[in-house]
Amino acid sequence: MWNYFRDIGLGIVTVLTSMGVAWRHLFTRSVTLQYPTEKWTMPERSRMRLFNKIEDCIGCGQCARACPTDCITIQTEKRGKDEPEVFASDGTQIKLRTYVFDIDMALCCYCSLCTFPCPTHCLVMTPEYEYSVYDKLDHIYRFAKEKPLSGKAQKPHSEKTESHGQ
Amino acid sequence: MQSIAELLGLLPGYSSIPETYRALIPVVVSCVVIFACMALAVLFAVWLERKVSAHIQDRLGPMYVGGWHGWAQTLADAVKLLLKEDIVPASADKLLFKVAPFVVFLGAFAAFVVIPFGASSFVADLNIGLLYVFAVGSLSVIGIIMAGWASNNKYSLYGGMRAAAQIISYEIPSAIAIMTVVIPVGSLSLVEIVNAQQGGIQNWFIFRYPPLVFLGFIIYFIASLAEVNRTPFDIPEAESELVAGYHTEYSGMRFAFFFLAEYANMFLVASVATALFLGGWTWFVPESVVPQFIPGPVLFFGKVLALVFVQMWLRWSLPRLRVDQLMYLSWKVLLPASLALVLGVGWVTVYW
Amino acid sequence: MEVEYSGDVMTLNMGPQHPSTHGVLRLELKTDGEIVAAAIPHIGYLHRCFEKHVENVDYAGVVPYTDRMDYCAAMNMELGYVLAVEKLMGIEVNNRVRCIRIVMAELGRIASHLIAAGTYGNDIGSFTPFLWCFRDRERILDMFEETCGARLLYNYNWIGGLMFDIKPGFEDKLIEFLDYFEPQVDNLNRLLSDNWIFIKRTAEVGILSPETAISYGVTGPNLRGSGVKFDVRRDEPYLGYDEFDFEIPVGQGEYGPVGSCWDRYMVRIREVKESCKIIRQAVAKLTPGDVHESIPKRIKPPAGEIYMRTECPRGELGYYIVSDGGLKPYRLKVKSPCFTVMSAFEEVSRGAMISDVIAILGSFDIVLGEIDR
Repeated sequence: MWNYFRDIGLGIVTVLTSMGVAWRHLFTRSVTLQYPTEKWTMPERSRMRLFNKIEDCIGCGQCARACPTDCITIQTEKRGKDEPEVFASDGTQIKLRTYVFDIDMALCCYCSLCTFPCPTHCLVMTPEYEYSVYDKLDHIYRFAKEKPLSGKAQKPHSEKTESHGQ
Repeated sequence: MQSIAELLGLLPGYSSIPETYRALIPVVVSCVVIFACMALAVLFAVWLERKVSAHIQDRLGPMYVGGWHGWAQTLADAVKLLLKEDIVPASADKLLFKVAPFVVFLGAFAAFVVIPFGASSFVADLNIGLLYVFAVGSLSVIGIIMAGWASNNKYSLYGGMRAAAQIISYEIPSAIAIMTVVIPVGSLSLVEIVNAQQGGIQNWFIFRYPPLVFLGFIIYFIASLAEVNRTPFDIPEAESELVAGYHTEYSGMRFAFFFLAEYANMFLVASVATALFLGGWTWFVPESVVPQFIPGPVLFFGKVLALVFVQMWLRWSLPRLRVDQLMYLSWKVLLPASLALVLGVGWVTVYW
Repeated sequence: MEVEYSGDVMTLNMGPQHPSTHGVLRLELKTDGEIVAAAIPHIGYLHRCFEKHVENVDYAGVVPYTDRMDYCAAMNMELGYVLAVEKLMGIEVNNRVRCIRIVMAELGRIASHLIAAGTYGNDIGSFTPFLWCFRDRERILDMFEETCGARLLYNYNWIGGLMFDIKPGFEDKLIEFLDYFEPQVDNLNRLLSDNWIFIKRTAEVGILSPETAISYGVTGPNLRGSGVKFDVRRDEPYLGYDEFDFEIPVGQGEYGPVGSCWDRYMVRIREVKESCKIIRQAVAKLTPGDVHESIPKRIKPPAGEIYMRTECPRGELGYYIVSDGGLKPYRLKVKSPCFTVMSAFEEVSRGAMISDVIAILGSFDIVLGEIDR
């Protein structure tokens, strides 16, 4: 009998307490950010989309080796002896011509392990986070600008990706 | 309804309609008016619910559609639901599945016929008005069971069964709790009950024979929450247990009918509570002190909205009961309490 | 609760797609009306070949994969792995790294327990605590993002150090957050934990007795909810946890038998407060130093094997690594706390009602990413 009335009493009291807490929150400031119109300022260390400044890239391939998901594809060839010497912005000589530098952001796991070994700091993760696309293949970012001189056929990255299913 | 008949009488050619049909026209017109008003109120309530829940949870809720605080969000949702595909599961009982939402909807809306929104704004003043409200209001159980059974889904079946058990159990304490009002008035007509509360706030039944009728109001309010399947009694559609309960398989407009019916039911129980306990359309103070400057229906709607707000407030602050606890509350707490109240009120009415 | 069940039995497949199975768990319920005669969990819907996969990735590259096991507490997941490899290679980290790791691990614990408490409220039917918890968790994630750039899957703990040092002014933000957060826990208690409906729903169901818990190998808050005072942080200290002053909350059975759902839930709430205490102490112990100091140039552990266990928010997380002296782990086995508690689920939920099954499952606070790996 005591338990019966205790249950009822405690029930009423705690329900009213809960309602009181909820009532106070009815008038506190909301924490919502109205996303497309207001945007969060990303911290500078934000790790979102990868970006490679290809002019500085020496094609060493350390990033591709560090990547745990193999999302970076690099193909290079030696620059000819008669060609003019090319230098990265920090003075490193670029001995290789990078004619394929593809990053498949659909495979990327955003771990940032690729950016640390980069000797010229040309591969960085940018705070850019709005890059959704309709086609998965559009997530392959091709940074290479130069064409191979030796006549090697450029192996399109898309074939490799398509075999993953699509 | 009389005023509607008079207004219609001004239409040219109205008197040439045969007498038998002419009597029907005001009824139909006023039903349509009530239906439209309640549909608007329901749309508003859905928006309000989203805003209340959002602000309790430190969010903002809909903000874009329509401009000011997303007022048109429910309209947009309704349009979306209208345009969505109406899926009928292959293994469902097709006829029952299609009919069920309308039965629930009918039960929710038909009861508004006897609700007195103002001194003369009601469709019908039945002498058994309350009985009618309860009878028609529980019609929705049939629809819910139909939906639960016809969906051929185990979660739906559980939801339907739970809803049936719950609504039938809670009819009893709520019906007994309103006896605390019916006994002093001596009538089941809602209009007469409101008329008995004229003359200021002290005459409202909620303050009559303190605290007997007030407790009756509380019991009615709790039981009505259970009848309309609102948290903390939302076990028939318990999202975390039964996915969506009896309307798991519904989509598009048929789902919208269930949704609208839920909110219409909220308005219904709040309207009954307003008429019975909160003085209906009557003014807070005697007319001789401050004349009533707000029209009766607006006042009525304001009181209803306050109760609906409390229902929402409760929903967003409380967890859900379990099935057996729900039954415990109905049969072991609310029922004895309401019976004791009826005895008390009866004794007071007769011997005071 | 003792319930007799008999008669027709209906099989109800709860999941893999269900709002409250916390991922893709399938529960095969043998139900008689509302009563569940047997609840058989079927796991494996989120299996991603973690253990086989990491055999093909170098040691540093495993860390992002460990993040993805228990995505609610990624900081603690990678901490366990990193400590295991460091132990295998014999790397000693400096005080700054240790303190930052403790701060981050405890923040991760708070974030994870907030999810546990919030979703548990949601399971019981109260939606508001869920969003309040996420609101506070968001501030923790903001701090994580500011420090390492990621909000959920951090890859912050590296073998031998950390990805980045904390930013200047981080300590102040941390203290400011703790000052804001600690009253919020009481607020949550008033709204949910002390609510009589919530107590009635949880305090007498899902009794996991201490003997059962130990015999199933249950660890973490689930074990402590049964009243067993066991915490790897205290009983087998790593990272110098023994220098910190903190309590180990255990279930006391205020509203029913010890080991109920409410006890397990409450242990988490109390642990959050203890974590706040640890963070304050760790911030006070921060000394200047280089967080990259002892990161090896080439991570090539000697041949051998190691087992390292840490206390992650869901219990004892063990990493067993076999190295053949190469650049990649020869074998990596994870001892998952959620998996062990899942084995006790069938026994605990026998004879409960459908609502109780949800309550029990929620109180175990499982993450399917870690069970299936």
